[in-house]
Amino acid sequence: MSNPILKVENLHVNFHTYAGTVQAIRDVSFDLNKGETLAIVGESGSGKSVTTKTLMGLNAKNALIPDNSRLIFKDRNLLDLKEEEWQSVRGNEIAMIFQDPMTSLDPTMRIGMQIAEPLMKHRKMKKVAALARALELMKGVGIPNAEEHINDYPHQWSGGMRQRAVIAIALAVDPEILIADEPTTALDVTIQAQILKLMKELQKDTGSSIIFITHDLGVVAGMANRVAVMYAGKIVEYGTVDEIFFNPQHPYTWGLLNSMPTTDTKVGSLVAIPGTPPDLLEPPTGDAFASRNEYALAIDLKEEPPFFRVSDTHYAATWLLDERAPKVTPPEQIQKRWERWREIQGQEAQS
Amino acid sequence: MAANTEDFVIVGAQNSKANEHISKPALSFWQDAWRRLKLNKLAVISLWFLIFILAFAVLSNIFVPQKNANAFNSDKVGVYKNLPPNSGLPIPGWNGKIKAPGDTTATNVYESQGVPENKKFILGTDNIGRSVAKRVTVGLRISLLVAIVATLIDLLIGVAYGVFSGWKGGWIDNVMQRIIEILSSIPNLIIVTMLGLLLGGGVLSIILAIAMTGWLGMARQVRNMTLTLKERDYVLAAKSLGESSLKIAIKHLIPNMAGTIIVQIMMTVPNAIMFEAVLSAINLGVKPPTASLGSLISDAQAMLQFYPYQILIPSAVLVLVSLAFILLGDGLRDAFDPRASED
Amino acid sequence: MTEETPKKLVELKDLQLYFNKGKANEVRAIDHVTFDIYEGEIFGLVGESGSGKTTIGRTILKLHEPTAGKILFNGEDVTHLKGKALLEFRKNAQMIFQDPQASLNGRMKVRDIIAEGIDINKLAKDRTDRDKKVQQLLKLVGLNEDHATRYPHEFSGGQRQRIGIARALAVDPQFIIADEPISALDVSIQAQVVNLMKELQKRHSLTYLFIAHDLSMVKYISDRIGVMHWGKLLEIGTADAVYNHPLHPYTKSLLSAIPVPDPEIESLRQHVEYDTTVETDGKERHMIEANPGHFVLATDEEVALYKLQQNK
Repeated sequence: MSNPILKVENLHVNFHTYAGTVQAIRDVSFDLNKGETLAIVGESGSGKSVTTKTLMGLNAKNALIPDNSRLIFKDRNLLDLKEEEWQSVRGNEIAMIFQDPMTSLDPTMRIGMQIAEPLMKHRKMKKVAALARALELMKGVGIPNAEEHINDYPHQWSGGMRQRAVIAIALAVDPEILIADEPTTALDVTIQAQILKLMKELQKDTGSSIIFITHDLGVVAGMANRVAVMYAGKIVEYGTVDEIFFNPQHPYTWGLLNSMPTTDTKVGSLVAIPGTPPDLLEPPTGDAFASRNEYALAIDLKEEPPFFRVSDTHYAATWLLDERAPKVTPPEQIQKRWERWREIQGQEAQS
Repeated sequence: MAANTEDFVIVGAQNSKANEHISKPALSFWQDAWRRLKLNKLAVISLWFLIFILAFAVLSNIFVPQKNANAFNSDKVGVYKNLPPNSGLPIPGWNGKIKAPGDTTATNVYESQGVPENKKFILGTDNIGRSVAKRVTVGLRISLLVAIVATLIDLLIGVAYGVFSGWKGGWIDNVMQRIIEILSSIPNLIIVTMLGLLLGGGVLSIILAIAMTGWLGMARQVRNMTLTLKERDYVLAAKSLGESSLKIAIKHLIPNMAGTIIVQIMMTVPNAIMFEAVLSAINLGVKPPTASLGSLISDAQAMLQFYPYQILIPSAVLVLVSLAFILLGDGLRDAFDPRASED
Repeated sequence: MTEETPKKLVELKDLQLYFNKGKANEVRAIDHVTFDIYEGEIFGLVGESGSGKTTIGRTILKLHEPTAGKILFNGEDVTHLKGKALLEFRKNAQMIFQDPQASLNGRMKVRDIIAEGIDINKLAKDRTDRDKKVQQLLKLVGLNEDHATRYPHEFSGGQRQRIGIARALAVDPQFIIADEPISALDVSIQAQVVNLMKELQKRHSLTYLFIAHDLSMVKYISDRIGVMHWGKLLEIGTADAVYNHPLHPYTKSLLSAIPVPDPEIESLRQHVEYDTTVETDGKERHMIEANPGHFVLATDEEVALYKLQQNK
């Protein structure tokens, strides 16, 4: 099943600022398989935005990436690319959908032209042919009465329609990788449902691989095949979507899952993770999550946990999985999830 | 891994509040802007230059009073008139010698006019024997005075007008903006000439003339910024706390426009200096014998071929001061915009 | 609406706010809205963009003038308050804003931001008293003392939101309108802020109007919920009733769109599209009490139909 088209290896990204060096990404490695949706879940300061920018070569000039970091795509290390070489990759082989549909479209260019532009640039199509294809794409993303609206300007459209246009632009040249950075966060929930449904259908048709960045675990559950959870510049747990939701092993993942109220949440019982994420100017020694982790072990304060294998597809970086660690009882909601996992597996749960 | 089994005991969330601590040093907007300004070498040079010029202008009141610069000895005019700059050192162009048009060699004018041995004029003299150095000093003072006072008046009127217009919005804003448009279509020269006739010329009338035409640009900028800022949530929060409109303008609107306003001032001052120079060139400026940089330039125009230093020196001062303001203004604009920097 | 009739703190009576009234581009931001908020409760107001929920909050706080209708606070008509009476009202009703970036003046120190209400109403005797009050408020919302001299840009979104809460509490209000207070925050921080709000409610006997589009969070925190769409109030009831036994088709559509953190449920969930003819066909509709305490905007025939289709 695993057929990686993108390999991220030992990614480190530092930013030099007036107050010192900010370690935004501190050794991140993951693969993206062909045709799958990989969700990267994280909150502010987790490094997910910097990750996507790095994948598109869009970091600010004061970003420092060491030589042992590699982004392998089609047998090339993307980090070695010069700006001119990036231009043939961006929007062509790797396309991106940004969060805010208001600002990601050019307000002075007609929408039809914006969809046609990548076709003209990367596929060398003539304007008339490109616009014809743009019209097809507009219909494909569900824009009603596309013929009448192809010459509209972005400000004439609603947020949901604009995001559909953004998706059309991104998919115009059949990119192999689509990076969607919180594409529905700014949209109403009913529009979000429509856009997500659209993305799933389009993925089935085109076979693109999607990296989906979000902090909404509900969206992850509906969209992802595999999930990577990031905290303070590192991945703390990754696995298939079922493994992450029904057999989570890292206390931060537990905390995230418990922060979202569900129909069953009784009033007054929402457990928040105390404190705030650490300042990446001076990351703490040991596990960055330790100071907020009620299950922290003494060793968490001294040494960062390595990845422990839970299954061939599921790894978590927590000392709790070390054989010397005591058995802990996770919060009630997590235990319920583990029960579901046991049902799904029909076997003993790992603990 | 040198870990022991004791390390594997649960210690819990030790200090979840630890991350609330902010490790970066506290930086207000101004401190941050100053830090960024320092990175711009040209702007810093301009800043020091201007500080020096302003200090010089203020202190010069003590050692070059105006009367001194205007005074001339009517008996000795023949001796002292039109002397080229003489530093006493044998530097060409600064040794008292000048080449008259048509001549092949430079003559030492000091000797030929019988100037006493020890008297040297470091920047030469004008056509009635007054020291150019002293005249330029006083001229600089007057030009700066005119420009700065006029700009400050612009600031007061322009900011007040702009904030009021933007805050009120609706038809009041419409009317006030149309007034600005009408006023800006009247040529400045007409206003100045009329004021000159009314007030009889002189420093006061120039200041008023510049002030009355210069506030329009500031008012427009400030009004536009007010329109944007008044929709911000922190302004709504202040309103819902019961803050009066005046206090909101002072505490919330103007501090957030301060960057734009300061840059606008930096750009207005050189305009005012130039405007005054132009006025003086058409004799609507300061009254002789008082000189501003502008009047010195216009007086020396006729003699450009013979005594170029008389026009070059005040022009150089005018250009350098204006340039310094503009470069500093540019630097401030970048320093105030946090997005312009790379960190 | 309940048996013991607790005191009504806020009453909206047929409130209307039309922009460009009568013209071709008329926008009915608030379209004949009537509901009450009881003392001590948390009333959740949900809707999507353009529903009018934010406008209602701002109108109650006199940041907008309604075109018609009345607002009563503590039994008094506050619809057209001015001057001293308005200032008094402003001590009793405050707002927490959505955007932690834009809701604090970046040029002011945190101490001065929090103390603004104290200064306006002269609630502090002198400088030391003012500082003491600010320290108490900082502690109340879980921030450190040394944060008082810092500037907003140095804080995270969650911390800024807590500063905003401290600012609202500084005048000791009875009623707080929270306008999407957690939408711009990370998920785990949302839980923190919501828990803080609940705790403060108990300690200070506050009443909240909680405006949001995140239905799960609204259901968790609210006692009663109102659902808005296109300026109209479509359904009101207890949180449990509206969420688990919705009546109006819009409410059902909205609920069906919420993603759930459970892959098995997600693979089965279907979003039900909303047919807007129920609002646009021009029929006369009123708020009808379908079940005790559970109201829906409908014709009499529709109410019967909705009750049949309700999950029991």
